[in-house]
Amino acid sequence: MDAIKYVEEQMKIEGAKKLPEFRPGDAVSVNYKIIEGSKERIQSFKGDVIQISGSGESRTFTVRKMSNGVGVERIFPMFSPSIASLEILKRGKVRRAKLYYLRELVGKKARIKERKRVK
Amino acid sequence: MNGIIGKKIGMTSVFTEAGKNVACTIVEAGPCVVTQVKTEDSDGYSAVQMGFGERKEKNVSQAMVGHFSKANTSAKSKVIEFRDFDVVEKAIGDVITIDEVFNEGDIINVIGVSKGKGFQGVVKRHGFRGVNDATHGQHNRQRAPGSIGAASYPAKVMKGMRMAGQTGNKRVKLTNLQVIKVLPEKNLVVIKGAIPGHKGAVVVLEK
Repeated sequence: MDAIKYVEEQMKIEGAKKLPEFRPGDAVSVNYKIIEGSKERIQSFKGDVIQISGSGESRTFTVRKMSNGVGVERIFPMFSPSIASLEILKRGKVRRAKLYYLRELVGKKARIKERKRVK
Repeated sequence: MNGIIGKKIGMTSVFTEAGKNVACTIVEAGPCVVTQVKTEDSDGYSAVQMGFGERKEKNVSQAMVGHFSKANTSAKSKVIEFRDFDVVEKAIGDVITIDEVFNEGDIINVIGVSKGKGFQGVVKRHGFRGVNDATHGQHNRQRAPGSIGAASYPAKVMKGMRMAGQTGNKRVKLTNLQVIKVLPEKNLVVIKGAIPGHKGAVVVLEK
């Protein structure tokens, strides 16, 4: 296990940004670099974080949003160099680490309460 | 064939410069001790025999204890010969480390023993599809192999017919794997993709 951590430590890419700390339930906007041929542009994906999974350098998080009434989820590697930046739009108050129940809910029921007291 | 003996540590994923996430395997390779050097004159072919991993002396035959003492080393758990080893000049008793054999970006082969899966049916073992229907008169046939040949002519089952049997736990050689990184200070090498065997399994890396 130690050897794996050591390798992850050694293989870290300099360009990878340190993202601000966020939790499941937070509304975020992920600004993701997209390379089209020789051009590079930034696309943002706004939604709620419904899970953070994995460990170490291979951690990922899932963002869910409703697009024209259809739920869309996207999984981002936490330490991907393709993430230009991440903004936290709203802190959410939730009672579990994986918010899979949101997949069953639509409209007003799929809202997440805001966490007012943020350290 | 140049190479080294190693131990599979586990898998992780790393990002390349281009931002791609690549699955990779970590192998602890070497240091290996040269236990015998074979030459054209003495043995009819040239080769380097090396040992890797420790083993208690009481678990090694007296013949092997003598063999290791010639190289002035302790008992090794795995001894493997590499024919026409020419990347570095080595004498008996010398230590071979990973950075002497491989560089970043090398294309290598990995030999190991695959994970044992036990006695498996044809669907898992050979990728047969079975019968895809649960209805239309099917009963107990969903993972069956189907026909294994014609009837009174040839009146036998052809040799090599793929059937159920022991799956895995077999020597496997994977070719054209890329070395992503060599970390000589901890004797580690990072290889792109998966390699045969369980964690802790002995693998042979060759170039």
